[in-house]
Amino acid sequence: MRYAPVLPVAIPLIAAALLAALSKAISQAASLIIAIAATLGAMGACVLLAGASRSESIVYWFGGWRPHAGVALGISFVIDPLGAGMAGFAGILTLAALAFSAKYFDTAENHLHALILAFLAAMCGFTLTGDMFNLFVFFELMSAAAFALCAHKTEDPGSLQGALNFAVTNTIGAYFILTGIALLYARIGALNMAQIGQTLGREHPNKLVFVAFAFVVCGYLIKGALVPFHFWLADAHAVAPTPICVLFSGVMVELGLYAVFRVYWAVFDPVFHIHIAGLRALFLSVGALTAVLAGVMCYSQRNIKRLLAYSTISHMGLMTIGAGLFDPVALSGAAIYVLGHGLVKAALFLCSGILLHRFGTVDELELHGVGKPLKWTAAVFVLGGIALAGTPFSGISAGDASLHSAAEHLGYHWVRWISLFAGTMTSAAVLRVAGRVFWGWGPARERASGAAPKSDEKRETQSGHKTIPSSMFLPAAVLLLAGLFLGMMPALPQSTLKAAAQFTNSSAYDARVLGGVSIAIPGPAMPETNVTFSLIAVGLAILIPAAQLFSRQARVLSKAIGPAMKWLHALHSGHVGDYVAFLTFGVAVFALACVFILQ
Amino acid sequence: MSYLPYAVAAWLFIIGLYGVITSRNLVHLCICVSVIQSSSYVLLLAIGYRTGRPAPVYADIPAGTPAVDPVVQALMLTDVVVEVTVMALLLALAVQVHKRLGTLDPDRLRKLRG
Repeated sequence: MRYAPVLPVAIPLIAAALLAALSKAISQAASLIIAIAATLGAMGACVLLAGASRSESIVYWFGGWRPHAGVALGISFVIDPLGAGMAGFAGILTLAALAFSAKYFDTAENHLHALILAFLAAMCGFTLTGDMFNLFVFFELMSAAAFALCAHKTEDPGSLQGALNFAVTNTIGAYFILTGIALLYARIGALNMAQIGQTLGREHPNKLVFVAFAFVVCGYLIKGALVPFHFWLADAHAVAPTPICVLFSGVMVELGLYAVFRVYWAVFDPVFHIHIAGLRALFLSVGALTAVLAGVMCYSQRNIKRLLAYSTISHMGLMTIGAGLFDPVALSGAAIYVLGHGLVKAALFLCSGILLHRFGTVDELELHGVGKPLKWTAAVFVLGGIALAGTPFSGISAGDASLHSAAEHLGYHWVRWISLFAGTMTSAAVLRVAGRVFWGWGPARERASGAAPKSDEKRETQSGHKTIPSSMFLPAAVLLLAGLFLGMMPALPQSTLKAAAQFTNSSAYDARVLGGVSIAIPGPAMPETNVTFSLIAVGLAILIPAAQLFSRQARVLSKAIGPAMKWLHALHSGHVGDYVAFLTFGVAVFALACVFILQ
Repeated sequence: MSYLPYAVAAWLFIIGLYGVITSRNLVHLCICVSVIQSSSYVLLLAIGYRTGRPAPVYADIPAGTPAVDPVVQALMLTDVVVEVTVMALLLALAVQVHKRLGTLDPDRLRKLRG
């Protein structure tokens, strides 16, 4: 039990090294079994740690380098239920991706399993660490594994382009983070998050600290794919192997957001707390812009994987709003939202993988009507689409309930409408795809309005296209059911709320890490649920695609907004230089806003 | 300690970003990424440097002597190791692009857009 805190990283990392070394010697089935066993082991350790850290965070000092007289030189893991829960969730999705890939990659070499395990180890370390530089190193390990996984189909030029855009933008993001950490170190002389936070709180911050904050936050927001840092995500998702998309969309981008708020609460809260209203406005505007823009982009796609990718960006905007309210109730809502969204989105991506396996394309218009025999896949796809709008009892609606009640309480009444818009658009897009593909609704040969790109993705499987193996369908169905009924778990809101209160209590964090003492954390009050809005969202999400597919007037309307959509699509040019230009602009604006707000 | 190293670090970061944005060749683009990376090396070393102080090897200097900060040097070394991996991956992707498309111009990568 003494070494339990390192197990979520150590087990998958050792298994990954083992698989990489033995990749020629053992069969694919054996490799898969080892990978699944290692994932289960890491997941079990995360669950244990989440349970054990419920009353107070677990602090583990590597090599026994404990703080001496309140000065921390060693590297620590600081484990609380929210972090361990995220790591465990990464384990669940990894398990689904591994199961799905069992029959999916006929030619898969074992190094794919090794890469997935390295990716999981990095994600676990990322959520558990209590050290700024350690966070950066796990970020880089996670990124490197993700780049390699994304470029798995090295034969396909599109895949190379997507991986390049992903790798270049995220690597530049990592340099922003490192520069920010270096500036902070220059000022404070410490790398432990609690130590930096405590020292910062004692002195008057200057512009150097503001810029360091902006660089670190922007670096992680690039991973979180918020506007204007979001360009890489759609490209990476459109080309990555489908099981990998599950991991990217379901947990990796959310971890970018997790890091932003972990760093804020552990490091910057003591010194920036007086400016919290300004920071709230900043994060809420970024989140709202992301949710709306990506919602529109999502509805105008015809490549199903790209559509789901924009849907993820849109929902990331909502999660940013939740976490960016800087309130434990809203944060607990965002945390439940991450689970609810991740489960549903994973199921939807797996369905798109099934379509790619069966028909060799994920282009919505080419698939017109061909999905009629796939009754069960259709059911999962439609229910997943509706769940994105936040059906009652789903994880998304449970998250929304906490998020909205906190927003109302803080006076941000418009958050509800942004949420309604994003939920409706992303849900409507999925339902439109379902109508076209599984029932053949709408005209058979329709010219695409706007400039949405055609998909010519290569099949990822070589044989058995007539049937759908249960190892592909079952993970999708199980994940969907979990996402649909997550909100019915009675203990979930209360325990998440406690975890969020623990996460946001920076003085307790500092005291626990540096002094080893624990401070009792008061539990905030529970929110009430409101189902009217989610029912409106579901209704609209059904009406919009129905109108587009069946009514002439709607087609006139879509022609009218065609030029605006064309312009939006042209912005997403697929050119890495353009993406970096937007990124640079975004960081500059964000840094200026930070200096202005925090002065 | 002069401001020169910090100015160099800022310059390298900005010129590297400019290079990535305007690059017409993927290998050139990768080199520009590593120019940005060099900026972080210069910054880290500048932060830890103490003029006229010895290296932090306490074998032949008395304990407690002020020395150059070893922590940032360790950070820089870690950074080098991590980034070598990423750079190798980026260059491997560039090689694959050249194999498949016969070009290294990012303007000719036109598969994904919108």
